[in-house]
Amino acid sequence: MVEKRLKTSTKVWLTIIFIIFMGFLLWIADRTFDDYKLRVLRLIAIYGIMAVSLNLINGITGVFSLGHAGFILIGAYTASLLTLTPEQKAMSFLFGIQPWIEKLHTDFFTATIAGGAMAAFFAFLIGWPVLKLYGDYLAIASLGFAEVVRIWANNAMTITNGPLGLKAIPEYSNTWWVYGWLLFTVAFISSLVYSSYGRALKAIREDEIAARAMGINVFKHQLLAFVVGAFFAGVSGSLYAHWLTTIDPRLTTMGPMLTFYILIMIVLGGLGSITGSLIGAAIFAILFEWLRNLEQPFTFFGIHVPGIPGMRILVVSVIFILVMIFWQRGIMGREELTWENLYRWFSKLKREGEKS
Amino acid sequence: MGFSPGSFFLQNLFNAIMLGGLYALIAVGYTMVYGILRLINFAHGDIMMMGVYFAFYAATILSLSPIPAAVVAVLGAAGLGFLIDRIAYKPLRNAPRISALITAIAMSFFLESFAVVVFGAIPKSFLSVFKDRTILNKVLTIGGARIPLLTFLVIVLTAGIFAVVFWIVYKTKIGMAMRAISMDIPTTSLMGINVDMVIGFTFALGSALAAASGIMWAMRYPNVYPYMGFMPGMKAFIAAVVGGIGSIPGAIVGGLILGAIEIFAVAYFPDLSGYRDAFSFIILIVILLIKPSGILGKKAIEKV
Repeated sequence: MVEKRLKTSTKVWLTIIFIIFMGFLLWIADRTFDDYKLRVLRLIAIYGIMAVSLNLINGITGVFSLGHAGFILIGAYTASLLTLTPEQKAMSFLFGIQPWIEKLHTDFFTATIAGGAMAAFFAFLIGWPVLKLYGDYLAIASLGFAEVVRIWANNAMTITNGPLGLKAIPEYSNTWWVYGWLLFTVAFISSLVYSSYGRALKAIREDEIAARAMGINVFKHQLLAFVVGAFFAGVSGSLYAHWLTTIDPRLTTMGPMLTFYILIMIVLGGLGSITGSLIGAAIFAILFEWLRNLEQPFTFFGIHVPGIPGMRILVVSVIFILVMIFWQRGIMGREELTWENLYRWFSKLKREGEKS
Repeated sequence: MGFSPGSFFLQNLFNAIMLGGLYALIAVGYTMVYGILRLINFAHGDIMMMGVYFAFYAATILSLSPIPAAVVAVLGAAGLGFLIDRIAYKPLRNAPRISALITAIAMSFFLESFAVVVFGAIPKSFLSVFKDRTILNKVLTIGGARIPLLTFLVIVLTAGIFAVVFWIVYKTKIGMAMRAISMDIPTTSLMGINVDMVIGFTFALGSALAAASGIMWAMRYPNVYPYMGFMPGMKAFIAAVVGGIGSIPGAIVGGLILGAIEIFAVAYFPDLSGYRDAFSFIILIVILLIKPSGILGKKAIEKV
């Protein structure tokens, strides 16, 4: 039986209508939500950018990188140092600051681009040695890179303010900035994935030797994915910093822990699926906030339970293990939530409905 | 400080051997598991951390004296390693290797957060294990160098443990089974060897060594906290890769190299002390680029 396909123009119109509709929903949310809910709503978009960009590297190209937190940290520091005013910087750097960094001051958009560009530049540099490796070695080497960056940030007092971190970063990451960047990230990465580059990336993931035999320059394509992923990681770092308003190079804030959170999102959503990553990011952000309740004292069926710090991370890690053992596919597997697939599923449901 | 260059060197040499030995003990666990399953057991450093906590609580809550407490902790860690393999890794034996790696990361994450919730995030002092601290504080003087007795003890103990490891791996039946599995799992199981039991034993042995290393680590650096296993774990893995992953002598060589570089770089270039944790990662990238199979490793043949 020949499947009926959607026309391209229909799909474009559906997408435009969908974006306008989502924009309208966000506009309502922006006006009616309280501060706390708005912060979670923005966090979903920031996590979304992190997840989609890591998914491009890990899920679609099959380069198993654990260095994302390093790129996020680079983006966060670059952008924050640009948006803080010279007076603020002079005040918070107790051990002095490099004069050229003190003077630099830009608007939020330029700072975010600079953060992304800086992360992409580092990805380009580190990509040369790291992408020569494969599999587990690459994972450890990229994790090592992220740790080196973090250790550097902890030590370079006159550039990053060391363990004191940066404080009083303006809270520029409003709903429009973060969702605007999310839209751009998804549009850019999905058009990359559906181009000939994207098909080459998937070919490398499936079988590197076969891809090489087909004349694909494996290294060049992996480097491309790595740099693009790092750029958006840097962007998300800038947005994250201007959402958090304080950043510091601790193990738990911008260290391996953050990479693991993003890994949970993309595994939960399905490694290799962009829409899956978005769903995973949304579930993670909401679940992680909701689990905060566990860390406050609460009453469960008449039993008083005292608040236990760290409980939500324990719950998340148990979920992570269970997903890996019983549900490796995640929510979307490698499928995408496209108009085409939705249409197919609905018409299948309709046919089955007619049969019975 | 008034040290002659020679005694300064000697003092650091002993520190380097001690630190390297501790890395090597952890690295053996990585190398054995990787040799058999091609899996980086990310949770290995966290098993070391759990072992230290076991010893801490065996001494403080069960009020055991230090040596029985250490034995309880080592056995506890061995059991934990066996359980982790059974629960988390065994269901994924036939899954893609990346899935097993992600599960190992999840396991590490779980152990760390478990320790935060159950043991608390605030660092504890391991010294409270010892009621009598005279041995810990004793210092020997050799050729002008002041070396704590503890450093000697750790080096001797580590050497003794390695002798036992070599005996198990090269002289016993189970060691022979372990070596057979690392070459070919299906054939080994056709020989009538219970592969799952041997893999479980490998995890238990590796975990026991990690716990032993952790306890000695905590005697030297007595700060016990849930994330204490992360850095030593990473570095021990790097030691295993530098020496040649899959090779037990390689793990020792790699551990000693890493320990030496870390101690001597900080001793002779004190400005770099903040970056000591970064050295090993740079060494890793360099060695992987020059000789990916490590110093004593065999060259892996890529199967298509």
